[in-house]
Amino acid sequence: MKELNFPFDGKDIIRRRLAFRKQLLSDGSVRIKKRIAVLGGSTTNHIVSALELFLLNFGIEPEFYQSEYNQFYEDAVFGDPQLDSFDPDIIYIHTTSRNLTMLPESPAESREKVQQRLNDQFAYFRQVWDSLKQRFSCPVIQNNFELPLFRRTGSFDVWSRTGHAAFIQKMNVMLSDYALNTKGFYIHDINYLSSVCGLANWHDAEAWYLYKYAMNTNVIPDLAYSLACIIKSIYGKNHKVIDLDLDNTLWGGVIGDDGQEGIEIGQETAVGQAFSEFQSFIKGYKDYGVLLAVCSKNDEENALLGLNHPCGVLKPSDFVSIKANWEPKDRNIAETADDLSLGLDSFVFIDDNPAECAIVEGQLPMVRTINLSNVHEAMYQLSRSGLFEVTSISDDDMRRSEMYAANAQRAAQRKSFESYEDYLISLEMTAVICDFKPVYIQRITQLTNKSNQFNLTTRRYNEEEIQQVSTSPDHICICGRLLDKFGDNGIVSVIIGKCSDKLLDIELWLMSCRVLKRDMEIAMLDELVRLSKEKGIERINGFYFKTLKNSLVAELYGSFGFTLDERNDNGDSVWHLDITNYVNQNKVIKIIDKEIQNEQK
Amino acid sequence: MNKNEIIPRLNEVFRDIFGDPSLSVNENTTSSDIEDWDSLEHINLIAAVENEFGLRFKMREVSGMKNVGEMIAIISERGI
Repeated sequence: MKELNFPFDGKDIIRRRLAFRKQLLSDGSVRIKKRIAVLGGSTTNHIVSALELFLLNFGIEPEFYQSEYNQFYEDAVFGDPQLDSFDPDIIYIHTTSRNLTMLPESPAESREKVQQRLNDQFAYFRQVWDSLKQRFSCPVIQNNFELPLFRRTGSFDVWSRTGHAAFIQKMNVMLSDYALNTKGFYIHDINYLSSVCGLANWHDAEAWYLYKYAMNTNVIPDLAYSLACIIKSIYGKNHKVIDLDLDNTLWGGVIGDDGQEGIEIGQETAVGQAFSEFQSFIKGYKDYGVLLAVCSKNDEENALLGLNHPCGVLKPSDFVSIKANWEPKDRNIAETADDLSLGLDSFVFIDDNPAECAIVEGQLPMVRTINLSNVHEAMYQLSRSGLFEVTSISDDDMRRSEMYAANAQRAAQRKSFESYEDYLISLEMTAVICDFKPVYIQRITQLTNKSNQFNLTTRRYNEEEIQQVSTSPDHICICGRLLDKFGDNGIVSVIIGKCSDKLLDIELWLMSCRVLKRDMEIAMLDELVRLSKEKGIERINGFYFKTLKNSLVAELYGSFGFTLDERNDNGDSVWHLDITNYVNQNKVIKIIDKEIQNEQK
Repeated sequence: MNKNEIIPRLNEVFRDIFGDPSLSVNENTTSSDIEDWDSLEHINLIAAVENEFGLRFKMREVSGMKNVGEMIAIISERGI
């Protein structure tokens, strides 16, 4: 039912609940039945009625038990015959920060006293979980705690010894740790949910005074939806496939018209960055077992060309199915479902074209569609829709995350480096240094026109000129792309040299300021010398043309070991380096071959 | 806003909340006239009326309203 899919109108759901319910119950769909016990620390009635709608929509017909008002502790710890005979399939504990009874009371309380409060408060909840576990062997879902809206001391509340926000955050960490080590125990993250709704919209003190609701009634649908996502995930009702369009969905532009060098992907433009981030976001789903597929109106050859873009994150091998043809998309999706032996209701289709989305929705109503109006919105919808909510992860995955955690700790301890070189080594830098590939021409031109500080000659080029030198037999042209453990910096350095007999004049040498002091310039020099030697060059001449902005590199050639030939009154200087016995100087950046790097991705 | 503008809109809210398309309220309607109008449905009703008319009832009003007429009086004063 479309009205209940994210993004939904919560106010409309509150108002038309009965009509929606009637429609769902009479739509003839087959649903699994589940008994859900809701143990509340505040009123839960409207949460339950909204939850019912969302669960029905997810293919689950719930039956509910609700504890009497604020009896979650008593029901769990001392038992309740009604709850026993209800025999729940799942238990949801709806508690909130209103149920934190041991918050610090005075700023004078000692560290030990506050720690004692934390331990006692945690033990109180732990008693609830342990008792439930003894009595029922069923999954338990527990809210964590939302931050307070009112802060008497401002930001101090989150870092002071006795601050309530500080207390709540520590409790949340304790809850998460418990959940990590307890099978069948799940955290419902109302801390995130209340932030994403906005604490000012979430909290409503009057709803508490009037009805004993721990939140504004208007956000109850948000709470119920997010809870329903966990429940349907536990019962294996997650979606399984993301089927993606290509042009203007995974990259900017149209591969068939613009060609590989014309589409936008990578770090060179804002649009390219957006699609890179989107590709990374989508690729991350693979690690959680989500299957990726392509459904695009394109010639297959062009689709593959786009997916093999050197700056692309997603590669053809990331997809279980690539349908690039001119058939209607609903037919392609149905075929993919057949090929994979999966139901159409496990498909999420993402396309920037609203018309394609509408056709798929019309022909295959069980497929969920996301119309990508922009990358940010699509990532938000994928996150909030809970279509791929994770509630279990294999033991191997668990161990992997522990390993990562250990590595992070090591890194934190290694904070103080012996030397700057050690720091550089720790960045795990790799560089790709190559000639001017067509896909880089635009970026190189852009760099020659906007780099001012690290720029020896400040010579500006237009795209045609860059094209010309890139194919000229008398020029050596190299550009460098630097990656480190934090990500890809894109093309950051460019050198153009002109050969005449055994001499090479460096006409242009520039580097982007975002990678200053990374020794990238040294790696570039090594490569320049190597290529020069291949051409039989014996001496390289360097020129420094002083401008108002490039004093940074006035002594660059000297620092490399070049010999000064002349220095003019205006600050310009000329240098040379005999390269016959040149020894490579770069020690901290690993130079990788482009093709290898692509395969690794 | 006058009564004649308010009542049709209010009627729609009541019909949605109580799931009864034949429902028709007037100033004298009280909770005892509508079978499902209990304290729980009252919460939904208040939220839906607030959202429909873009106002917020005061706590005293929420708990003190005796009939639809009082609700209309508040809406005509503060509703949009």
